[in-house]
This record gives sequence, structure tokens and C-alpha cells, in this order.
Amino acid sequence: MSVGLISLLLLVLAALGFVVGRQRAVASVNGDARRLHSLPNYYGTGVALFTAVPAFLLMIVWLLVQPVVIETRVTEMILPEDIAGGSSRDLVMSDVRRIAEGVDVLAARGMAEGEIARLAVDVAALKTRLADAGVALASDINPHVAEAAAVYRADVATGRAWLAVATLALAVAGFLLAAMQVTPEFRARNVVERFIRILLIGASSVAVLTTIGIILSLVFESWHFFRLYPAKDFFLSLTWAPKFGGGSSLGIWPLLWGTLYVSAIALLVAVPVGLMAAIYLSEYASKRLRGIAKPALEILAGIPSIVYGLFALMTVGPFLRDWFAQPLGLGDSSSSVMTAGVVMGIMLIPYVSSLSDDIINAVPQALRDGSYGLGATQSETVKQVVFPAALPGIVGAILMAASRAIGETMIVVLGAGAAAKLSLNPFEAMTTVTVKIVSQLTGDTEFASPETLVAFALGLTLFVFTLGLNVLALYIVRKYREQYE
Amino acid sequence: MSDATGHKTSLLEPDARTKARNAAERRFRLMGLSAVGLGVLALVVLLSSVLGNGLSAFQQTSISLTIPLDEKKLDKSGKRDPAVMAKVTTVGYGKLIQEALKDMLAEAGVDDGGLKPKELMGLLSKEAAADLRDRVLADPSLVGTTLSFNAMANGRVDGFFKGRVTLKSAERDANITPEQLQLAQRMADAGLIKTGFNWAFLTNPDASELRPESAGLGVAILGSAYMMLIVLVLSLPIGVAASIYLEELAPKNRWTDLIEINIANLAAVPSIVFGILALALFINFLGLPQSAPIVGGLVLTLMTLPTIIIATRASLKSVPQGVRDAALGVGASKMQAIFHHVLPLAMPGILTGTILGLARALGESAPLLLIGMVAFVKDYPASPPQGFFDPASALPVQVYSWTQRADPAFAERASGAIIVLMLFLLTMNAVAIILRRRFERRW
Repeated sequence: MSVGLISLLLLVLAALGFVVGRQRAVASVNGDARRLHSLPNYYGTGVALFTAVPAFLLMIVWLLVQPVVIETRVTEMILPEDIAGGSSRDLVMSDVRRIAEGVDVLAARGMAEGEIARLAVDVAALKTRLADAGVALASDINPHVAEAAAVYRADVATGRAWLAVATLALAVAGFLLAAMQVTPEFRARNVVERFIRILLIGASSVAVLTTIGIILSLVFESWHFFRLYPAKDFFLSLTWAPKFGGGSSLGIWPLLWGTLYVSAIALLVAVPVGLMAAIYLSEYASKRLRGIAKPALEILAGIPSIVYGLFALMTVGPFLRDWFAQPLGLGDSSSSVMTAGVVMGIMLIPYVSSLSDDIINAVPQALRDGSYGLGATQSETVKQVVFPAALPGIVGAILMAASRAIGETMIVVLGAGAAAKLSLNPFEAMTTVTVKIVSQLTGDTEFASPETLVAFALGLTLFVFTLGLNVLALYIVRKYREQYE
Repeated sequence: MSDATGHKTSLLEPDARTKARNAAERRFRLMGLSAVGLGVLALVVLLSSVLGNGLSAFQQTSISLTIPLDEKKLDKSGKRDPAVMAKVTTVGYGKLIQEALKDMLAEAGVDDGGLKPKELMGLLSKEAAADLRDRVLADPSLVGTTLSFNAMANGRVDGFFKGRVTLKSAERDANITPEQLQLAQRMADAGLIKTGFNWAFLTNPDASELRPESAGLGVAILGSAYMMLIVLVLSLPIGVAASIYLEELAPKNRWTDLIEINIANLAAVPSIVFGILALALFINFLGLPQSAPIVGGLVLTLMTLPTIIIATRASLKSVPQGVRDAALGVGASKMQAIFHHVLPLAMPGILTGTILGLARALGESAPLLLIGMVAFVKDYPASPPQGFFDPASALPVQVYSWTQRADPAFAERASGAIIVLMLFLLTMNAVAIILRRRFERRW
């Protein structure tokens, strides 16, 4: 029974539960709803909730746990001699899965189960039939692996069957139990509300679970990486030269240098422009100009980063190469630190300006009036009164912009290049942490080599960096903020 | 500031110091104005660069051919059995097209410039024969009739009419010769090559490196739509539930603080880290398929949740306390007050926030790269729910994979895809603004 069908059945049961619960409640007081503790609908909702929610939770947990259990069971069946030279247990397991999937396709095409059982013994026939079904296997099938595949397939089928039985049984049990409880004195509203409250708490902890998931997956895979590759080399080596096939040096410094260089240029573009734009818009601009310029900057903020990436690749890169890099003799690559930095700076302008705008507006008017009263001009007021008062907030905004610059991916993937270098020339192609995460994890990935796993260590570094910057930003804002009342 | 030394000051004539201060004031003003101007200029340049590069992707040159579908060549048995007819490969159909092309040139009196048949076929997309074959196999009764067939021109020929390919560049190009382009020019003069709106760009699946002309966004749009559906269905209820708890019910304690800090931090986590999470958790640990919309939808949901929660909480906060008090005063429970009164009043704000969150999710590409959505997908995903598990692409990722290909025709397609993406975003933002204008209440 498919998951979709089970879900549908559960929903039907829940709807039935609502009707039955409501009717039982109304019937128990002979139609005089005033004698019920709660409104009739609450009795119905209660039965529906107790029918559907536990069953759905069981289904989700089951679907998460079943693959893990079956994998371990089947992996144990594979003997060390089944693993051919140059292969690994993971590769054999993926063969097992593919054979099982292929046999499923055959079964879906109407092959009898008896014939499938015969195929599991006759491996040559199995291979040709699988090729017909669109599953091509590189080598001949080891009989042991074929057997494992048969067990795998049987386990999946049994698991599915038990899943249906267990969830539907739980749903029916919940239904009956809740329906029996319906009496005029039953405090249905309180029970339903407590139930909903628990659901709300569950929803709000999704955020915490996500964070835990991120940290666990990063730390766990990075730990794998550091078992294969010494942490000392990763953090201290100055060369980045991954070689698929072993003997690579995976030092993070060239990548960090590229990241920081690009981010620094981006901030050099974004901070002066964004800050001045914010000051002008909040202190000087007429209402009309503000009404046009502010939405325009907000549009800039709403444009996805892939668009900026394409802009860097197709317009800014060639422009900088033809007008600056080549005439100045600094290189002839259109993807460069400068390209990525300038475009990223454009992306960050609205971010800096909208954050600073809020902060500048929060400085009380009385401070400005006091300054004007002493004879200061508007710009003197801004520079000597408003800006110092808003400084902690502005520093926080810049740090947040920096954290975004470090974590930005698409602009640097398309604009900065792929060569890991430690160079000072801004018109040279360099690479960043995020670019390398993408390039090590896309394409055919095998999760046993340090060349792939290094991406998780890079991800962890990136996560720690951006988190640190954000926490620092919050700390500065909280600690140094002036309180005006 | 009078001077004891008798230095004259006048109200009508500013002294040097005042002049300097006023000049500084003007400079500062100018700096601010130019900063604003720079920002707006960047926007204009960005948009015009995308439009300039991409608008031509919506035009496609094609050659309309009249092809007699000979029964002897396509279906010798005469039974119109698709299984038997499938034995005729695209080569067989290519020959039909080739003859039709020759006939057409002869009929219109266009000099074919002494080109070999193979070079003649080079004017057409390599996809043309396969297209014709698919059409005939889908409708076997066409055999024996004369079909008028619109064959796409080859990407280089297409580029020639859009100015991307010139006679000069063709000399160095292995895929096209200047003679072929000259013939194309003569055909266009005779009205045999036409340029029309490129519907195939919006509906076709991706195509291989050698046939940029038939590459389209069909699979990507479908994949993005599936993911947005998943994001909407998951993030709206979870986000609203979480916000209601945090804003209305949560006691002030450590757990609540922890959740609040978490949400603030999640909003600042780089998107690529979410991609790593999806790869490690959904694909490696749970064994969900790569490049499937379900995985993309789940990871985008996690990314969108903080946005929706922040918007929803602001919207709940703006509902005045009086509404809650009045409900409680007439005997409603806390839950009833929230669900019957506060939530409906906050709904426009919540929906606006959700649409804006969806718009951000639609443009997100970095996490999708890591879950394998860059893979070349030629088949449309099935209809949901099965289709959620089929491989698909997504709009921004399709842009990325087109930028990685060598043929400049794909750069044009990438910019065209950006225009489509931006149109979707513009629509979503417009809907959000209208919702806000129409339903927002000021208390």
C-alpha cells in the first residue's frame, strides 16, 4: 500500500471521526447542546485529532527509520569476499539497491513473483532482464549480492505492509478511544486546546531542529574528513590542489584569502554608497525623491543572487577586463576578484542602506534640533551628532553585510573563477570557500574520499565564521546602543 | 563671532570660514545624491543588461517545410502500428526533411549555392528529425498525408539573424560555414525563413550542448512550481503555528529564548549551508532521490521558515490588544480568541510575508546545486505526488547550468531564463503589494 493511499485513508478516518464524535456528543444529550461541556464541534475535532495525528507521526518516524534498519540488515549479509578489489561496501550496497529497483520495474511490468524468485538464483538471466528494464550493471552479478538484493526487496515490501497495518491500527485505536470518551461532562475544548498547543510547540521547535541538523551534519562529516586528512594540514597549509585519486593538499588558506578579498572589495563598494544613500534619503531627500529611490533600492534587494552572478559573468567581467585589467596589464581574465567584489557590493548596497536607514531614523529629532540650535550645518550635524549616535547600529549592519558577503555563493561561482591562489592582484581569478563547496559536491560524488568530505569542513568553517559575525553584530548593537526615552 | 582686531564681518557677504562650511555642506549633499544615483544606476544597468542579452531568446527563426510523409518509407506494412513504425529511426525522417528542403529551394527559385545535402541539413536544428518522428508516432494516421512542419533553424543560423553570429565568425566555426549563412540570408530574402515568438523556449525541456535552439525551460518551470507548492504547503502552516506559539502563548523562559535566538540565527545562515544540510540529511541519511523537487522543496522550506515566522509575528503583534481583551471578556478561551479573532485580522500581513518568502525561495539556487539539480534532465517529471520524486530542474539552476556551456547561444538562453524568473518574481511581489494595499488595516 503506498504512502499516499495510507495518508488518504487516515484523512478519511479522521473526517469520519469528526462526524462520529460530534454526533455521539449531540446524541448523548438528546440534541440539547446546552447540556454539553463544550460546543459539539470540539468533540468532533478531538476524535479527528486523536485519529490522525498519532498515526501520521508514526508514519513519519517509520519512514525515517525503515531505510536505516534495512540497510544495516542487508549490509551485514555482504561478506568481505563479495567486495571486489577497488570497490567498497557502499558501492556494493548501491548495486544491491539498483538490482532491487530494477526487479521492482520488472514486477511493475507484470512479471510473476515466481519468475522473479527464479531470476534471483540465475544471475546471468537476471542481468539481461535488468538491462531490458533499463538498469545496466557494470560487472557480472555476484550470486551473494543477488541474494542480498532479494532480501532487500522483500524487507522493503514487508516494511511497507507493516507500516500500513501499524498506522491504520493506531488510527483506529485512537478513533475508538477518543470516541468512547465522549460524554456530556467530557471537557472536549480543554483537551483539544491542549492538543493544539502541543502541536504549536512542535512547530516552533522546527527551527531548533534545523539548527541541530545543520550542526550535526557539518560536525559529523567534518569529523569523517579529519580522520582521513590531518586537521593541521587543512588549517595551516597554503596550497589547495585536490587530486581525485589521492595525494591532494587541501589547505584552506587560499580559499579563505579569496573569500576575504572578495568580501573586502564588496564592502568597500557597499558601505560608502549604502551609508551615504541612507543618510541622504533620511536627512536630505524630498518626499518625492525618497518615494522613487527607496523602492528602487528595495528592488535591488529583491533580485536573486543568480541574476547578479549572470550580470558579473556577462557584463561586469568583460567590461573590467577590457577597460581596466588589459590596459593596465594586470591580467586578461574576465572572472576576477574585482568582478565578483564589485557585483557583490552592488548586491549589498540596499542591505546596508535599509539597515542604516532604520538606525538613523531611530536617532531622536531632539539631538538634531539641539545641534542646529548651536549653529551647526546639516552635514556637521550628521557627521558629529547623528553618526556617532547611530554608530553601534551601523557597525552591526556592516558586520551583517560582511557575513552575507562571506556566505554568498552564486556571484563568486560565476564571477570569481576557480583557481585557488594567494595573490594580491584584484584582476586575477581567485576562488572562495563557497565556490569550492559547490565544486567538490556537485557531479558524481563518492562520500569516502577526503576530496569530497573537505566540503563539509569548509561548510563548518563558513558556518562558524558567519555565525560569529552575526553574534558579534548583535553583541555590539546591544552593548553600545544608546537608549533614548 | 566678532573680532577684536577690527576684522569686518558682513551679513551680506559670508566670510571665508562660512564659505568653507557651506562648501562642505554642498559636497556632502552631492556625495549623498551621487550615492543614491549610483544605486539607481546600478539597478538600471543590471536590468538593461539582462533585458538586452535575453530578450532575443524569445524569438526563434524557423523554416516551415511541406513534407510528404511517404507510406513506403515510414510504414511499409501499412498497418499503422506504432511499434513497427518505431523501427524507422530519425535518419529516415531526416532524409524526408532533406528532400522537402531541397524541393522548397527549387520551387522558390533560391540558388542552393552548391551546398552538399549534409550542409543543407546543417541549416536546421538537429532536433527537427526527432520532432517529426515524435509527431508521426504520436499520430500514425498522418502517414500518407502531406504535413506542413515548422522546423527550427540551427542555433548558429538563429544567431546569424540575431547578430550573434557573423560571416566572419563562421569562418572559424566548425559547426557552420559562411556559405550556409549566405544561403540562409537568401532564404530569408525569399521569405522562407521566418522569425516568430519562441513558445518552445517556455515549454521544451533542456537540450544537449549541440542543439541550443531547442533548449527550453519546461522542466525547470515545472520543477520550480513543484518546489513552490511543497514550500507553501509546509512552511505556511508550520510558520504560522510557530509564530502563534511564540507571539501569543509562549511563557518567558529559556526554551522560548533559545527558539527566538535560533530563528534569528537561521535567517542569517548562508544558503549554501542549507544545501549541505540537505545533502547530508535528506539524500545521504534518508536516501531521498537526488535532483528531486521533494528534497529541494524541503530545504527551501527550512530556509523560508524564518522569513515567514518574522513576518507573521510582526503581523500578529500589530493586532491591538483590545481585540484579544474583548474576545476574552465575552468568554472566549485564549485559543478561541487567537483563532477566531486575532489570526483572521493578521491574515493579510501573513499572506504578504508568505508570498515574499516564496519569492525569495524561487530565486534561490546555491542549495539546489548541492542536491544535484544541475543534472541534465530531459524528461518532464510526472504529475504530483509521484512527480515530487522524479528528477527535475529549477529556474535559477537552469540559468546556472546554461552559463556553464560553451556555445554563446546558451548565454542568450540563460538571460532569457532570468527574464522569465524576474517576471515570476515581479508578479509575486505585485500580488503581495496589492494584498497589502487592499486588506491592510491601520489600527
